[in-house]
Amino acid sequence: MALVEVKKLSKEYKRGVETVHVLRDLDAAIPEGDFLALMGPSGSGKSTLLNLIGGIDKPSSGTIDVGGQRIDNMPERKLTQWRAQHVGFVFQLYHLMPMLTAARNVELPLLLTGLSRSERKQRVAAALALVGLSDRAGHKPKELSGGQEQRVGIARAIVSDPSLLLCDEPTGDLDRKAGDEILDLLDGLNKEHNKTVVMVTHDPHAAARAKRTLYLNDGLLGTEPEA
Amino acid sequence: MNFTWFSQVAAVTGVSLRELPSRWVSSAVAVFGIAGVVMVMVGILSMAAGFRAALSETSDPRVAMVLRASSTSELDSGFSREDTLVIAESELIARGEDGSLISSELYVVVDVARKSTGTSSNVPLRGVKPVAMDVRGNVRIAEGRMFSPGLNEIVVGSGARNLFAGLDVGSTVTWGTNTWTVVGIIEAGGGVPESEIWADLHSLQSAYRRGSSVQTVRARLASEDDFQSFKDSLTGDPRLNVSVIRERDFYADQSRLINGLITGVGYFVAVLMGLGAIFGAVNTMYTAVASRMREIATWRALGFKSSAVFISVMTEALTLGLIGGLVGALIAYVVFNGFQVATMNWTSFSQLTFAFAVTPGLIKSGVLYALLMGLIGGLLPGLRAARLPITVALREL
Repeated sequence: MALVEVKKLSKEYKRGVETVHVLRDLDAAIPEGDFLALMGPSGSGKSTLLNLIGGIDKPSSGTIDVGGQRIDNMPERKLTQWRAQHVGFVFQLYHLMPMLTAARNVELPLLLTGLSRSERKQRVAAALALVGLSDRAGHKPKELSGGQEQRVGIARAIVSDPSLLLCDEPTGDLDRKAGDEILDLLDGLNKEHNKTVVMVTHDPHAAARAKRTLYLNDGLLGTEPEA
Repeated sequence: MNFTWFSQVAAVTGVSLRELPSRWVSSAVAVFGIAGVVMVMVGILSMAAGFRAALSETSDPRVAMVLRASSTSELDSGFSREDTLVIAESELIARGEDGSLISSELYVVVDVARKSTGTSSNVPLRGVKPVAMDVRGNVRIAEGRMFSPGLNEIVVGSGARNLFAGLDVGSTVTWGTNTWTVVGIIEAGGGVPESEIWADLHSLQSAYRRGSSVQTVRARLASEDDFQSFKDSLTGDPRLNVSVIRERDFYADQSRLINGLITGVGYFVAVLMGLGAIFGAVNTMYTAVASRMREIATWRALGFKSSAVFISVMTEALTLGLIGGLVGALIAYVVFNGFQVATMNWTSFSQLTFAFAVTPGLIKSGVLYALLMGLIGGLLPGLRAARLPITVALREL
């Protein structure tokens, strides 16, 4: 069963008088439990597709269905709430709050849930344990390595138990060893915790860890890279 | 609005405020811009407050002034000795140890050089009996002693002593053919007597060849509520042709024009400068939003509401406004409060000394104005932050 289904999805930008077609009538289905790598040249629309599926951008036309809910025409306020409940974002540059400890960063999505302080604390501890950073809970981002920061980012993404993880170049800012650790984590979340993972990457090595790879070229999706 | 909304606001605002020191340069520009406006505004208005306080607020509401009917100032009023005896018959006048608390007074103006410039200024010289202190209630000898009746001795208001030359205890001054010795300094809680020089009534009448005439009569009433009865009894007495007014209201009328002028100028300057400070605050908050773009986008991507982001920007702007307001009010207090000056009282054609008064009310007004500047300054940047497209902001470096 498809967790994510997009139909006739198009996204255009205006650049001066010119209209840039980033995505053109794109159809795709991502089954529940999938680990999908999205590849393609820069500007091909990988991140745009990821943002549309995550509800932080709106399509020019077409429909986006996630977990049985149409999100392309959802009002902004409802979409914000939906994001908090159903999607975890992992960013290339982590986007952690520099003034907060790892634990406080991970706790942020839980502030949207109404859980009690003790419940939040338990969830944060579990998420940090899952990414192997229990001993770094009290550290601020600047006291962590890049790989550790990204692991905190992943803990933040999974702490409210979303079904869908959207990762935009999660290893793009890391060395090979740290990148592999992140990929191991994503792999584990997919296989052991049944998270559906969609990962944008330029790196064929990272894409190889996914269950399947799709390529975006000129706004169209295919199973083969551009010739 | 629910609990999670408040959690969101608290989280976003908490991070925003904790990051404030990292934006200290632009924050300092806004803080000092706002502080400057508040300082000038409070400074100017403290002048009006001090002037108002000197003229009316320090006067006891039980003190009634009797002037010749249609007189607008002490200078153009006048009574014979017989008139004063009729006035003194009133049973509504309070009694002290030495009889009724009623003071017949002569009012002339003398030339005294200013200490700062050496230029000549008009200073009131008032002929009184010692009971004048008890009638007013707030006048006391701060230094030296009271003048002796019948002698050419004077006591000088503390404000006049500070601003005019040659009025220290022990000095002698000559006006016309008369030489006077300063024997004491009087204080009156910042009130009008501090601008004046007091001499013995009979000595002054003699020196200025006024016979037994006086210009005004002041009476301390037994009760504040007796004023209307006192006024009615005198104005209805066929032997008299008088007007009766509370001393406080008499001085309030005199201060109205200058007070209004200073207050008007104060608010005008504050509004003009405030516009500049608001532009500064807007610029600062736009800078803050620009430097927080990725952070704001992250909050929004995580599911935090744009209203929480908006409130965090507004809170930061209000915090800067509050700090600016407090700094400005503090500087105004240190620089202006108690600063003594003299200005012409155009009704009595004499100098009035008064001290700038940075009152709690002015500080409150200054801080509220600072918060208003912060509020306006944060509004547009706050809306920009709340409406920032997440995908654009996430790409910001």
